[in-house]
Amino acid sequence: MSPIPLAAAGPVIPSFGNPNAYACERANRLFCWGWVSKNWSTVLWPALRQHVALTVIAVGVGFAIATTLALLAYRYRRVEQPVIVVTTIFYTIPSLALFELLVGVPGLGLSRTTAEVALVSYTLLIIFRNTLTGFRDVPAEVREAASGMGMTARQVLLRVELPMALPAIIAGLRIATVSTIALATIAALICDQGLGVPILSAISDSVFKTELIAAGGMAVALAIAADGLLVGVQRLLTPWARRHAR
Amino acid sequence: MTTSNDGQPATVGEGSRLPSTAGLELRDVEKRYPGQRDAAITSLSIEVPAGEVCVLVGPSGSGKTTAMRLINRMIPLSGGDILIGGRSILASSPTELRRQIGYVIQQVGLFPHQTVNQNIATVPKLLGWERRRIAARVRELLELIGLDPREVGERYPSQLSGGQQQRVGVARALAADPPLMLMDEPFGAIDPITRSRLQDELLRLQRQVRKTIVFVTHDIDEAIKIGDRIAVLREGGRLAQYATPPELLMNPADAFVAEFVGADRALKRLGLATLADVELPAPNGDRQSDPPLPLSATIKDALSAVLAAGGTPLSVVDEHGKVVGLATLELIGGLFAQRGAASGSGDSGPGSLGKLAP
Repeated sequence: MSPIPLAAAGPVIPSFGNPNAYACERANRLFCWGWVSKNWSTVLWPALRQHVALTVIAVGVGFAIATTLALLAYRYRRVEQPVIVVTTIFYTIPSLALFELLVGVPGLGLSRTTAEVALVSYTLLIIFRNTLTGFRDVPAEVREAASGMGMTARQVLLRVELPMALPAIIAGLRIATVSTIALATIAALICDQGLGVPILSAISDSVFKTELIAAGGMAVALAIAADGLLVGVQRLLTPWARRHAR
Repeated sequence: MTTSNDGQPATVGEGSRLPSTAGLELRDVEKRYPGQRDAAITSLSIEVPAGEVCVLVGPSGSGKTTAMRLINRMIPLSGGDILIGGRSILASSPTELRRQIGYVIQQVGLFPHQTVNQNIATVPKLLGWERRRIAARVRELLELIGLDPREVGERYPSQLSGGQQQRVGVARALAADPPLMLMDEPFGAIDPITRSRLQDELLRLQRQVRKTIVFVTHDIDEAIKIGDRIAVLREGGRLAQYATPPELLMNPADAFVAEFVGADRALKRLGLATLADVELPAPNGDRQSDPPLPLSATIKDALSAVLAAGGTPLSVVDEHGKVVGLATLELIGGLFAQRGAASGSGDSGPGSLGKLAP
C-alpha cells in the first residue's frame, strides 16, 4: 500500500454526496441543465460579461492602433513592411507563451492589463492588413475623380476612401473579434476573468463536464452573435455593397 | 435655378467668380518631369473661345491627357500659364480651381458607395449649396441627360449600364455649372453604337449649355465630329496643327497631320455636311428610288448609298417623306471643285459647302 492516497482529497464532482445536488449532477451526466441554472447568476453570467468586456476592449484598442498604422502605411508605403513584420511576430507567438512572457514584464504581472495587451497584439495583423487592403483597393479612377472635382485630401479620405474601404475593414474586424473571443478564454490563466475561468476550473479540478461545456458553448455562441452583429453593422453602413449590377 | 440655355450665358450663382462659360488660353505651356530628358509638353499655346469645343487629339505619348490635366492642376505646370476667363489657374488653390471645372474621365469614376443623386451633388455639396437647391439642380441635370430622376436617382452606379454611367458622369461634371469642362476620352471604353449616341447627345447638350470644353481623344473621327477646333499633338506635346475640322481635313499642316487624319480625309470632309447643306438637283418626276435618302444624311453616307446603288441617282426626301431632290455622283464629285472655283469670292451660292470650308 502506498503511503500517499492516489485519489485527490476533495470531491471530484462538485456536489458529490450533496443531498441538494441535482440528479444529473450526482450521476455526472455529460450536461446538467440544473447546474447551469443554479450557477448562471453567480458563475456563468459574470464570466460572460467579463468576456465581452475583455473582447470589446481588445478589439477596440487593436482597431484604433491598427487603423492608425494602416492609414500611415497607406500614405507612406515604407511604413508597411516593418508593421507587417512586427505584427506577424505578435500573431505567431503561441498564445500561452505570450501570456506567460507578459506576466514577467515589470508593471504588468498577473492583471487584466496583461491579458488585454496580449489580446490586442493578436488583433493587429488582421485589422491592419484588411484596412490597408481596403484603402488600396479603392479604384484609382474614383480617387482621380474625387480630387479632380476639388475634394481636399481629407475629404477624399473621409467621404470616399473610408466608406469604400468599410467592407474590408469590417471583414477584418469580424475575424479579429471571433478569434479574440476564442483566445480570451486563455486570459483566465493570468487574470480571473471571462469564460476561461469556469473552463479552467472544470479542467483542473473536476471530471464534471457541465461547467466546461456550458462556458465553452457560451464562448461559441458569443462569437456567432458578435459576428452576426458585425454583419448587420456592415449591411447598415454599406447598403451599396449589397446591390448587384443589373 | 440658374442654368444657361441656348447661348444665354447664365451665372453660377452667388459667391461664384466665373461666368457659366469662359474662354481658355494656354500660353507657352511646358511640362517637364524630373529625370526625363524630353519635355512632356513643349511650349503649347492654344486659345479656345468661350463656348467652343476644343479637341486634343494625337497618338499615344503625344501628351494630350497631360495637357488636359495641367488645366485643372492635377499635374503642376513647369512653365507658361493657363488662363480661364482671363484669370490664371495659379491664382486660386487647386481644390478651389477644380470645383469650377467640370471633369469627366474615361473610367467615369462614379462613387460606387453613393447613389446617382449623391454623385451628381458632389461639387454643389463641396460648394456649400443648400439642400433644396442641390436637389432641384440634380433633378434638372438628370432630365437634361435624358434619365428619369425618379427611376435612377436612388440607384447605385453598379445598377446602371455603361452608357448611363457615362451620362451621370457628365451630369456630375455639369452640376455646379462650371464655365469649363474637361473630358478625357469619355467615350473611349464604350461600344461603338452607344459611343456614337453619346457623341450625338453631347453635341445636343452642348447646344444647350454652351460650355467651353476641352475634349481628349485618340480617335480622329470623334475629334472631327465633336470639335469646333482640333489641336493635333505629336510626341513631346508639340502642337502640330490647330484648326477647324474642315481646315484640318483640307489643309493638313504637314505629313504627320496628313497621316494622322488619314488618307480618306476627303471622304471625312464629306461627313461634315448633310444633304440639307447643299443645293440638290431637282427630282425627275415623283418616282422615288428605293430606299430614298433622308435630308439629314451626311454627304458621305449619301455617296456610299449612291455607290451601293450602282451609281444611279437616289431621291432625297424631307422629314415628311416628300421628294426634294436627287443625290447624284456628279453632285458629290462637283462639291470640292465648285468650292475651289468659288473660293475667294466669299460666295455661298448653289453647291457651295459652307460646312466643308475652312
